[in-house]
Amino acid sequence: MSTEAKRPPTQKRAEKGAAGNNGSDAPPANDAAQTTVEQRRELLHSMMLQRRFEERCAEAYALGKIGGFCHLYIGQEAISTGVMSMIRPDDYVITAYRDHGQALARGVTPRSVMAELFGRADGCSGGKGGSMHIFDAKTNFLGGHGIVGGHVPIAAGVGFAIKYRRGNQLCVCFFGEAAVNIGAFHEALNLASLWDLPVIFIIENNRYGMGTAISRSTANEDVIVRAKGYRMDGESVDGQDVFAVRDCMSRAIERARKEKRPTLIEMRTYRFMGHSMSDAVSGTYRTKDELEENMKRDPILLLHNRMFEAGELTEGEMHKMDDEAKAIAQDAWDFADASPEPALDQLYTDVYADTSS
Amino acid sequence: MAVVTYRDALTQALREELQRDDTVFLMGEEVAQYNGAYKVSKGLLDEFGPMRIVDTPITELGFAGVGVGAAMVGLRPIVEFMTWNFALLAIDEVVNAAAKMLYMSGGQYKMPMVFRGPNGAALQLSAQHSQAWESWFAHIPGLKVCTPGTPADAKGLLKSAIRDDNPVVFLEGEMLYNTKGEVPDGEHLVPIGVADLKREGDHCSVITHGKMALVAMRVADDLAKEGINIDVVDLRTVRPIDVEAIARSVQKTNRAVVLEEGWEICGMGSQVVDFIQRECFDDLDAPVLRVHQEDVPMPYAKNLERAAKPDAAKAIAAIKKVMYLD
Repeated sequence: MSTEAKRPPTQKRAEKGAAGNNGSDAPPANDAAQTTVEQRRELLHSMMLQRRFEERCAEAYALGKIGGFCHLYIGQEAISTGVMSMIRPDDYVITAYRDHGQALARGVTPRSVMAELFGRADGCSGGKGGSMHIFDAKTNFLGGHGIVGGHVPIAAGVGFAIKYRRGNQLCVCFFGEAAVNIGAFHEALNLASLWDLPVIFIIENNRYGMGTAISRSTANEDVIVRAKGYRMDGESVDGQDVFAVRDCMSRAIERARKEKRPTLIEMRTYRFMGHSMSDAVSGTYRTKDELEENMKRDPILLLHNRMFEAGELTEGEMHKMDDEAKAIAQDAWDFADASPEPALDQLYTDVYADTSS
Repeated sequence: MAVVTYRDALTQALREELQRDDTVFLMGEEVAQYNGAYKVSKGLLDEFGPMRIVDTPITELGFAGVGVGAAMVGLRPIVEFMTWNFALLAIDEVVNAAAKMLYMSGGQYKMPMVFRGPNGAALQLSAQHSQAWESWFAHIPGLKVCTPGTPADAKGLLKSAIRDDNPVVFLEGEMLYNTKGEVPDGEHLVPIGVADLKREGDHCSVITHGKMALVAMRVADDLAKEGINIDVVDLRTVRPIDVEAIARSVQKTNRAVVLEEGWEICGMGSQVVDFIQRECFDDLDAPVLRVHQEDVPMPYAKNLERAAKPDAAKAIAAIKKVMYLD
């Protein structure tokens, strides 16, 4: 199974971290990550849709239309948008429970995501999964998973299956920085590197595992060095900059498709909301000042400013785009609200598949 | 019918299904070059190559998750645990991932996979290596749990498990690998969820599964010499469980003993007794008794280990008690 890698692993570090980048750099030069104006508009639209959609999620949660746990992605949209804009429809995506934004960026319909959050029959998981378990086979979206780190070995398994079939797809696996301390992460990275599996492991480092700061959870906060422990290429990027995300992804994708090698990427970001809807945005574990400072680097604002300054977007066009995002979120809400609850006979379906081969 | 060992019966099942379907693969510790810790996969690496017979590091959580991921996108993994004691490190993938994937995805992602390996106590392996896990996994909706006691059932159930589109926990008996029995020639499938009446008698029902099925058959043969004839209901599968077979037997004999390898509290016997009291309340002539491991971690010393395990003598005592013969 295993073959010796010919290349030594590289440890790259972006010059600018999540803090301190003013966002006014020109897009990086990597060819595959280059964008046209039209593509930049699409990136902005994708991020704005996630933002407006999740703002409605918060509202729906407060109204009791969404129950259980509801973890919002607000502030991290450049990562989902940047990553999804670089991969192919036949690639696979798997993620943790903060999954709405990634699902939307992947192309899962806003209606089916909102209906799932509302626990309705037309939800992408039939109302059986809820916020943490968005699944959509049509877009190879392999779920939202609710146990920290538990899905990371599953991503390696998807990579194994790609290799088994001699395919050239890849699997992208998202998780938070708190997952790097759990055994499943380490076991998965070792296997992915040992067996040369085409998996891109993305640490979304939003600095807090629930309410615990990375400095209080992780002996070496420089999480990307963990790639080296598994002879894997690793790179840290500014996760608030959609172009930096795309640029970094272009290298990881090439590595996965051509060298059949995995990559670990740390995307430095910040969570603008609480861990879930049931906790305060700031308070005991982080200050309001810290939050406000980081909100200055809102990924949507950064892209908007860049396009605005480059004359690629007028304020009017921005408002129009925003209105469209709001309209889509409203349509999703209306659809979800009108969708029936799952029929009671659905209680016992899907426990077992009734087929065999 | 050929007489083969339980081990060879399992190897036959693996070989036949690997030949039949090229999406089937086997992974686990020492399954390939070493030919398997218990030699169940002997010769398979040579026949099927390293992509399908996959040696893993000692990383149960990791490779169980790899199996789940591969099953999600259409392969049919067979994940071998060197023993089920080690599988506790991987239980998140079995319980939280494999068992629930179909349900929480609203039917979108099937889990056609098998987790298999030796279960239960062998000899003097002490506390951490001598445990029977079937009641743990039988508790979980979404899993199927097979506990074959004979070579024929081992082969037939493993083939059915590999072909099943659901995650199957397949518990082999470490002490059974060398036992022999007749296995039907040619294609041999045993349906999951169907018990087998291994001995027939009118005086008492012994309901059992796994390694204890052998003990129960021995007990039946011994008691027959005393003129006591018992039904041995070998469940073979503990999820789904064949309630009809249990009821049929108890309604005939009016007495029952449940014999299992695991512990008493929340053991398989607790569930079987619950079925009996619901289905056979008016049929019973005596309270149902249970025979199981003593409620202690398995000790190492020979005499203590013997005292802790369920055995034929304990089963016979229970049978005589429900027959009011003691």
